[in-house]
Amino acid sequence: MISVRNISKKYPVGKGELTAVNQLSFDVAPGELFGIIGPDGAGKTSLFRMLATLLLPDGGEALIGGCHVVKDYKQLRKKLGYMPGRFSLYQDLTVEENLRFFATIFHTSIDENYGLIRDIYEQIKPFKDRRAGKLSGGMKQKLALCCALIHRPTVLLLDEPTTGVDAVSRVEFWQMLQGLKSGGITIIVSTPYMDEASLCDRIALMQQGNFLTTGTPDGIKAAFAKPLLAVKADRMHQLVNAVREAPVVEDSYAFGEWAHAVMREEGHDRELESFLSAKGFRQVVVQQTEPTVEDCFLKLMRP
Amino acid sequence: MRTLRFILQKEFKQIFRNPAILRIILAMPVSQLFILPWAADYETKGINLSVVDQDHSPVSSRLLSKITASGYFKLASYPSSYRAAAAEVEKNQADIILQIPAHFEKDLVRQQQASLFLAANSINGTKAVLGSAYLQSILADYNNQLRQEWTPFPRMNAEARIQVLSANWYNPRMNYRFFMVPGILVVLVTMIGCFLAAMNIVREKEIGTIEQINVTPIRKHHFIIGKLVPFWVIGLVVLSIGMFISWALYGIVPAGSFLTIYLFSGVYLLAILGLGLLVSTVCSTQQQAMLVSFFLLMTFILLGGLFTPIESMPNWARWLTRANPVAYFIDVTRRVILKGSSLRDIMPQLLTMLGFAVLLNGWAVLSYRKTA
Repeated sequence: MISVRNISKKYPVGKGELTAVNQLSFDVAPGELFGIIGPDGAGKTSLFRMLATLLLPDGGEALIGGCHVVKDYKQLRKKLGYMPGRFSLYQDLTVEENLRFFATIFHTSIDENYGLIRDIYEQIKPFKDRRAGKLSGGMKQKLALCCALIHRPTVLLLDEPTTGVDAVSRVEFWQMLQGLKSGGITIIVSTPYMDEASLCDRIALMQQGNFLTTGTPDGIKAAFAKPLLAVKADRMHQLVNAVREAPVVEDSYAFGEWAHAVMREEGHDRELESFLSAKGFRQVVVQQTEPTVEDCFLKLMRP
Repeated sequence: MRTLRFILQKEFKQIFRNPAILRIILAMPVSQLFILPWAADYETKGINLSVVDQDHSPVSSRLLSKITASGYFKLASYPSSYRAAAAEVEKNQADIILQIPAHFEKDLVRQQQASLFLAANSINGTKAVLGSAYLQSILADYNNQLRQEWTPFPRMNAEARIQVLSANWYNPRMNYRFFMVPGILVVLVTMIGCFLAAMNIVREKEIGTIEQINVTPIRKHHFIIGKLVPFWVIGLVVLSIGMFISWALYGIVPAGSFLTIYLFSGVYLLAILGLGLLVSTVCSTQQQAMLVSFFLLMTFILLGGLFTPIESMPNWARWLTRANPVAYFIDVTRRVILKGSSLRDIMPQLLTMLGFAVLLNGWAVLSYRKTA
């Protein structure tokens, strides 16, 4: 459905240049929910803008549903639903007026494609006469999704749709995406939240314009390959540095209320515990844990 | 067609939902036309005159009463020496000093001639130039009067007398408001057209809605027409409000036909909206658009002949005014409103304006395509 080959984008910065997207290649199958996970500044938005025909790539090419993003941009725009990271509907028009406006410029009507957006639109329908600017963050996202879907696109590009949205609305939003996916729409979604990664069929971890790895969330976790321990003690501030000094530990970092320790080999839990006790830590807890996508990301990020 | 209608509907909705814009559209013509014509007046009145009369003769006092009777001068002070008068000028209490030397009358009678001294404070150039010109013409008049009185036996007219009578065509009473109001109307229409259109498009860029629009299959010309038509209509509405106010307040009724005025204004608005569109393509924030259009309009208006006649500008500036749409519009509105010029009379200006419209819009559309 989507096939991207060596796509690149560079921006001039002072005398040099900044590579926002560095020769990326990937494929997305029809009906797949593909997630691009990466921190701010990884190049996600540049990649999305190129796929959405808003930005010309400096190199490489991308085909979406058989349409070239540069040459066939006119046909492509009819098949594409794009939701930018920043809310960009008309704040001074009402919910219904926004939806009708986008339906009209796609030469369709709300009634024609109501089936597709019904589940989402029903939630914001009580507010249909409210100006879009006066909606809450979660409702804005729902409206933006409706507007991106109103012309029945086959591909949906969602750039950080859940950034700045409360936890409950985030869960609802992902449920909606699962619903759309089962309706056969191919979705590419980007997010800085690692916990959302497991909700995608396949993910790519992106950092400084490169994909660190691509695969299913489980596949990526399985590739972690090293034993991972979660450590807790009384002086948490000093703990991470102390764990790092242990000879059996490869790397350590804070992870919520725990410190994660990536071990060099299997079965050195006792050694770590006694090492920390010798360093004067009290109430030391060491237990085995499963790697999450965030652990994989941090491991891949460090050379 | 349906798309275009819908885009227009959306634009009008947005404009009317912005109470600030509506207020500006109504308040601008009203306040500008209420205030400016009264204040922006070239006529110089109330020039403060300081008279140093060292003669104190019947001739000098008759001269003084003649000067003050003209209505242009106010006898600010009557010091005894030139030095004291100069001090008045320094304190900004006198604009012109007239010194009447001692023995003025005696010299005039005996030697048939006498001199007066006149000094003007040129900090305010207009006041100095006009004031001394007024004063000189009063003096010349007085001179003639004296000669006639003193010629002993008027066997024939002692001197050849040429009297100049002037008639002010198209504005018989030289009412400056008749001259200023059409110019202010132009400024109004220009501001609405250029500022509002430029700001509106840049706003879409600034709040990011243009992104969402650009991924739709919307046609560029639909989008642009959708942006220009509302402001074209609003420009003509503001012009109508302005003409109504100038009739109600100043009794100005166009001598020419309304059709001519509206036709030319319609074409002019196209040109000025094109300028606004061009500004919006090069700017990315409303602040930039504001500053750029402010600079352009300032230049256009000052070089447009509203305050200073184009004919008195240096040659290079006169060439510049040929590329200034505002100058043509001011010229045409004055001609049509005051003189009653017909469509045929203003045809050259109309064609030039059409050229501006095509050029500016074409340029804007081309550069819009490149950036989007």
